[in-house]
Amino acid sequence: MDDGRASNRGTESDESIVARLVHWNEARTGLNSLLRHALDEPIPGGARLAYVFGSALLFLFLSQIVTGVFLAMYYVPSADHAHTTVSYITKEVSGGSFLRSIHSYGSSAIVIVLLLHVIQTFMYGSYKGRRELLWIVGCILFALMLGMAFTGYLLPWDQKAYFATTVGTNILSEIPVAGNWLKQLLRGGTEMGTLTLSRFFVLHVFLIPALIFLFVAQHIYLFRKAGAAGPVSADPIYPNLPTEPFYPKQLVIDMGFALLIVVVIGFLAWRIPTMLGPKADPSETVFLPRPEWYYIPVFQYLKYWRGSTSVIGILVIPAILGLLLVGLPFFDRSLERRPWKRPFSVGAFTAVFVLGFFGVQSHREDMQSPGVAAQLRKQRQHEEEFMKEPFQPEVVGASAGGAATNPLAGKGQSLFTAQGCDACHGENGTGTAAAPKLTRIGIKYDSAKLESLLKSPTSNMQLAGMQPVDMKQDDLDALVAYLQSLN
Amino acid sequence: MHRDQQRANDQSICSPPDAGSPPRRSFLGGLLAAGTAGVGALLIIPVIRFVLHPVLATTTEKSWSEVGKVDELQSITVPVQKLVQIEQLDGWRRTVSQKPVYVLKNSAGQLAVLSAVCTHLGCTVPWIDKQNKFVCPCHQAVFNPEGRLIGGPAPRSMDVLPTKVEQGVLKVQYQFFRQLTPKKEAVA
Repeated sequence: MDDGRASNRGTESDESIVARLVHWNEARTGLNSLLRHALDEPIPGGARLAYVFGSALLFLFLSQIVTGVFLAMYYVPSADHAHTTVSYITKEVSGGSFLRSIHSYGSSAIVIVLLLHVIQTFMYGSYKGRRELLWIVGCILFALMLGMAFTGYLLPWDQKAYFATTVGTNILSEIPVAGNWLKQLLRGGTEMGTLTLSRFFVLHVFLIPALIFLFVAQHIYLFRKAGAAGPVSADPIYPNLPTEPFYPKQLVIDMGFALLIVVVIGFLAWRIPTMLGPKADPSETVFLPRPEWYYIPVFQYLKYWRGSTSVIGILVIPAILGLLLVGLPFFDRSLERRPWKRPFSVGAFTAVFVLGFFGVQSHREDMQSPGVAAQLRKQRQHEEEFMKEPFQPEVVGASAGGAATNPLAGKGQSLFTAQGCDACHGENGTGTAAAPKLTRIGIKYDSAKLESLLKSPTSNMQLAGMQPVDMKQDDLDALVAYLQSLN
Repeated sequence: MHRDQQRANDQSICSPPDAGSPPRRSFLGGLLAAGTAGVGALLIIPVIRFVLHPVLATTTEKSWSEVGKVDELQSITVPVQKLVQIEQLDGWRRTVSQKPVYVLKNSAGQLAVLSAVCTHLGCTVPWIDKQNKFVCPCHQAVFNPEGRLIGGPAPRSMDVLPTKVEQGVLKVQYQFFRQLTPKKEAVA
C-alpha cells in the first residue's frame, strides 16, 4: 500500500522507479510475498463480523505498548517517586491524563474483548480439529493478560493500588507449603514496599510483555497452520466452503471494529479521565480495597472461603476449572461444532459466567452495609479531592538535608556554601570533577584532623587547588561539624 | 487516482490474480489507508504533545528569593555576603539550594546585589575586608567594592542580579551567567 500511495503523487517515470524499488526490495527481503501471504489468508465461507476479536486484541495490545512506552518516559518505579511521577503525568504533562486514561481503559477493553474472543471461539467450536495447541497457547495468553492487569494496577502507588495489591498478594499465602515463600518472592520481602513496586514494574514492562510477544507469534502461527475454521456448519479440518481472502473485506471489518474501540476509549479518556488517589499510606487502617472491575467476581468468590476449607476454594477449585478449560480440546473430541448439537459442553461453559453473578453480588453487599458504603464513598471523595489539588513537586535539596537537625552543622553548611567550598566539592559535598566528594569524610578523619587539613592542606591538596581555610575558630568548628555530618 | 492505485496494486502486494474484483479491492484499500491515516493522526497528536511537554511548557516563571529587610541593609558600608535560597523546577522535582550573593551600595547609593560567582571560571569570590576588594582565590581576579573588574584574568565585572523591594524586603532573582565572555549573558 505504501507504494500505491507514493505513486499517487508521482509521475509516470516515478512509478517505474517505485516498481523497481518494490522489485529490488522483494528480491532481497521477500517482504511483499510475505505480506501477500498474510493478507490472502483464506476464510472459508467469507468474512464475518464474528471474526474481529483476535485482530482487535492484537490492535489493543499494540496500543498498550505504545501508550505504555510513552508513560514510562516520565514514570519512576520506586515507592518514593512513583506516585509523584504519575501525579505529574496526570496533572502537568500535556496529554498525560489522556494517554494514561487510554492505557487504563485499554486494559479493561482487552479483558472485555478477550472474553468475547473466548466466547466466540467456544460457541463456534473453533478449538476443534487439530487445534489443541492453538487453544492452549490462547489460554496462556489469557493468563498473561490478566497478569499484566494485576501488575499494572500497583504502579501508580496510590491507596487503592497499594491495598488491592496487598490483598491480591496475600491470597498466595493460602497455597500450602510454598505459599508464604511465593508471596515473599513476589513482594521482594514480607511486606509491600519499594521492592514490590520494582518487581511489579519489571514483570509489567519486561517479562510478561516478552512472553506475550512470544505466545502471540505462536498463536498466529498455529492459527494460520490450522486455518480459519469458518462458520459452525463447516468441518473444522476440511471446511468444504468457498473461501474469501482476508484482504480486503475482513480487514476492513476488523479495522472498522478497531476504529470503534478507539472512538469509545478515546471518548471515555477525554470525558472521564482515569483518577489517581492520594499516595499509598501503609499506616492507614480503615481503607477498603476493591480490585479493578474484572477481578471483582474473584474477589467476591474468595469471600465465601474461610478457615481450613479455604484451600479448596482458593487452590483446588480454580485449579480444576483451569485444567478443564486448558484441556477442553482434549476432552471434547467430537468434530461437531454447532452449539445446539452440543448442549452439555455449552451448558458447562456458560456456568463459568456465574462469575458475573458474583460481581453483582459484591456490589450489592457493599451497598447493603452502611459502614462499607460510607467508607467507599469517602475513599471516592478523597480521590476526587486529590485530583483537584494542584500538582506538588517533590522537594529535594539544602533545606531537606540532614544537617539542619544539628544547629552547629547547619551553620557549617551555610559556611560551606558561602566560602564557595561547594564550587569544587559539589552541593552538599557530593563532589565534582574538580574535587573529591566529602561524604563519609567524618568516618575517615576525626575532627582534629579535619580542622588541621582545612587550616593547612597537604601539598597534594594544594596542588589540586585547595586553599588554606582562614576563618574564626567558631566558624571552623561549625564547618568541621558540618563535614562530619556528611554521611 | 483509481487507475494509479490499481496499477500499483497490480504490481505489488494487494491483489492476487485469483481473487476479488480489482476496482472494489482498490477502493477498500484506499478506505483502509485513509482510515488508518486518520486514526493514526488523531492518536499521534497527544503522544507528540506528551513527548514535547518539557520543551514546550512555559516555565519562564521567575522566582524571587528574599535577601533581607531593606531597613537592616541600609546601614551597610562594605559588601555583605548573604545566602539566598533558590528553587529550581526539575520535572516533577523542586530542588532547593543556597547560593551566596553580595549586597552592597552602588555609587548612586542604591542597594544592589551581585552574584558571588567569578566571571572567569566560576569560583566563589570572597570579599577581603582588609584589602577592601573582592579577590578570587582561584586565579586572583580582583574586583572593587562595587564589583567592577580591576585586575586579573576575569573577562568582565561581577554580575549584577535583578532586584526588587516588596513590603520592605529586598528580593533578588538569582541567575547563572556564562563564564569567560566579556558580555554578561544569562543561562537557563
